Amino acid sequence: MPSTPLLEIQGLSKAFPGVQALDKVDLTVYPGTVHALMGENGAGKSTLMKCLFGIYHADEGTILLEGQEVHFQNPKEAMEHGVAMVHQELNQALTRSVQDNLWLGRYPTLAGLMVNEGKMAQETKTLFKNLGVHINPKQIMSSLPVSQRQMAEIAKAVSYNAKLIVFDEPTSSLTEHEVDHLFRIINELKAQGCGIIYISHKMDEIFRIADEITVMRDGKWVDTKPVGQTDVGEIIKLMVGRELTNRFPAKTNKPGEVALEVKGMSGEYNLLEDVSFDLRKGEILGVAGLDGSGRTEVLETLFGVMTRSGGSLRLHGQEIENRTPQEAVKNGFALLTEERRATGIFAIRDITDNTIIANTSSYLQHGLYLDNKAMQRDTDKSIEALRIKTPSRATAIRSLSGGNQQKVLLGRWLLTEPEVLLLDEPTRGIDVGAKYEIYQLIINLAEEGKAVVVVSSEMPELLGICDRILVMSNGHVAGEVDAASTSQEEILTLAEKYI
Amino acid sequence: MNSSTDLKKQSFDSKRIVNLLINNALIIIMLILVVYVAVTNRNFLQPASLVNLLSLTAAYLPVALGIAGCIVLTGTDLSAGRAVGLTACVAASLLQAVDAPGKMWPNLKPLPIWLVLLISVLIGAAIGVFNGFWVAKFKLHPFIVTLATQLILYTVLLRYVQMGESRGQSISGLDNGYREFVAGSLVKLPIGKGIGIPNYVWYSIILAALMWFIWNKTVFGKNMFALGSNEEAARVSGINVGLTTVAVFALAGAMYGYTGFIEAARIASNTPNTGFNYELDAIAACVIGGVSFVGGIGKISGVIIGVLLLRLIFVALPMVGMDQQLQYAIKGGIILIACALDMRKYLVKR
Repeated sequence: MPSTPLLEIQGLSKAFPGVQALDKVDLTVYPGTVHALMGENGAGKSTLMKCLFGIYHADEGTILLEGQEVHFQNPKEAMEHGVAMVHQELNQALTRSVQDNLWLGRYPTLAGLMVNEGKMAQETKTLFKNLGVHINPKQIMSSLPVSQRQMAEIAKAVSYNAKLIVFDEPTSSLTEHEVDHLFRIINELKAQGCGIIYISHKMDEIFRIADEITVMRDGKWVDTKPVGQTDVGEIIKLMVGRELTNRFPAKTNKPGEVALEVKGMSGEYNLLEDVSFDLRKGEILGVAGLDGSGRTEVLETLFGVMTRSGGSLRLHGQEIENRTPQEAVKNGFALLTEERRATGIFAIRDITDNTIIANTSSYLQHGLYLDNKAMQRDTDKSIEALRIKTPSRATAIRSLSGGNQQKVLLGRWLLTEPEVLLLDEPTRGIDVGAKYEIYQLIINLAEEGKAVVVVSSEMPELLGICDRILVMSNGHVAGEVDAASTSQEEILTLAEKYI
Repeated sequence: MNSSTDLKKQSFDSKRIVNLLINNALIIIMLILVVYVAVTNRNFLQPASLVNLLSLTAAYLPVALGIAGCIVLTGTDLSAGRAVGLTACVAASLLQAVDAPGKMWPNLKPLPIWLVLLISVLIGAAIGVFNGFWVAKFKLHPFIVTLATQLILYTVLLRYVQMGESRGQSISGLDNGYREFVAGSLVKLPIGKGIGIPNYVWYSIILAALMWFIWNKTVFGKNMFALGSNEEAARVSGINVGLTTVAVFALAGAMYGYTGFIEAARIASNTPNTGFNYELDAIAACVIGGVSFVGGIGKISGVIIGVLLLRLIFVALPMVGMDQQLQYAIKGGIILIACALDMRKYLVKR
């Protein structure tokens, strides 16, 4: 690289109680280049970025921006110095308009007091025109699809005239077409001399857009390579720290007769339209699609969390309704929700309470009180069977790692002896080793004859553990593919069928 | 497949009309009520009765405008009524006529009216800053903070009225210029002997316009709505969340202070019970007017409609012979229905 570095992070460390989140990490980004930052979940990428933006304060190490040492106290200060970020989780004021969100915190003013609406509208228009974004600036944020909200967020980062922009998983909700659009924007920014840090799990994207790749693992810097001198295999090896010959356990389950028939299922208040599929005993059915394509809605509508407006469900040939989650549980359904912290765990309650909560009726004595001994016995069994790492069953679930929390939740549902398991992003935010264990559990359950549906945004995971994959596109079933013979390209093409 | 999507669209259209009716149900009920009362009792549409309704609405509006900001931040303010009471007693005691019997501060000449107004507004704003401090600094829920403030203020108020020479009597015998300034009428409708529109009606209109401007046109207003909509997004965008919160409560407090100044002269006889429970009517009015507890949603026009509707119940129902005692139940029912209709917009979407 010829020029002087735009950003130099040297020996940055950050510890949280019990964890060394960052351990002497280095990162150098040159102007006019795209620098990919890679690593498994929990490798420390987000912590590193949070230290850069002043959300966390590093314990040691220095950050140099164009040779000057900087200590940003908050994201605003970073942005004022030309460092912007497109966050993975959209953090927007949903009841406000697109342009209000765009200029939040730095409205153009009249007399320093009034918001200059005219100038704001004009600048938004110009910005969108330059970027080729087609969004009405006056529209209320919540009425936009996720992909357009993402594009608005990207436009916001660009509007800071930043020297350095961090993109954190920017494409998870974008179509192929929109990804191309984003990459054109990134290339333009590059040509203007802007430095880009690009965080993504998608290898093909990285190799398309990046100039350099830095890999992190367990909070440590592992390696930095020019993109021309490496390949996917090497990067994965660097990320995982060992040769990954078997990221997925052997598939030992054997699909049997049809257990669940879904015909013409539509959502009353969601985008699902005429969704039909079969699910076999002992089968693992994957559900793929872009963010916002209706993957989660399929599971939640089946389970009665969301309202079904039409179609029929048959379990072993018997018509069922599943109007409410209670009814679904009675019919032998179980749902592991997508947002573990928000809708899965009861964070401050202990493992026992978290384990038995879906199954309380079976501990009821004389219709009056709960049998403590039986609950503790079942919890202990669950801890042992799922190999949950916890000091005791009286530990608050929030103090366990993500993987162990997920196992507790799986244990919760297994107590209800379900026939149909609906798993929404079962390995999200879980480290590689624990992922393998979860995969093994899922395959074991299928082997025991349970019918399993797995929703995931990580395509290799679906290809690795599923028998068939249902591809959702804009609320429709775009196709059904055989996991053993399909490819990521085929699934991606299907995912855009109805957009 | 095509026909099924058509069907879905059609049912959506009829659903839209039903939704439109339900979402505006309160306005519709209000109009029906007005028509019914107007037909049943000819007096209702008489200018005197309408001016009365207008005056009452104007009197209760500023507190609602202030509390609405707190609700936009997903908070509330229970201290409003006592803040009105305190500032009313302070304003009255500073503006008693020289010859008022039992004058609280016998040696005090009435101060300039503008100075007393300023003092009232500043006391109110200070109370707001106090509320906002606990909310912003310790992330306490405004419900708890303002409940505590309400109690503290009541003690301050009880102690204040026992100071000086008044010994807890109601504070009355106000300076004539003060009474004229607030409750006099610069404009009289040329009907009969002339029906005066009290001056405070005009002040309320000016305040409503000012609040509309602050909410919709200023950086502070935008920040307030952004904060109510998504606090984290506001923080990450560099908005000073703490300062904005304090400012919203301070602005609300200033409104209570202003209202205290007005109520003192409007009611003319002030006790520690002046202003009691004003916050409840104001919160009810905001909710009826669509200022949502979900946060980040609300309009000045909604607040005005809410206050008007509540006053309408109190003015119109007795005119059709409705028992006074029934009014509270009706008010309660309207609050419940208004809240349910509001939440319905955010609930049904799954």
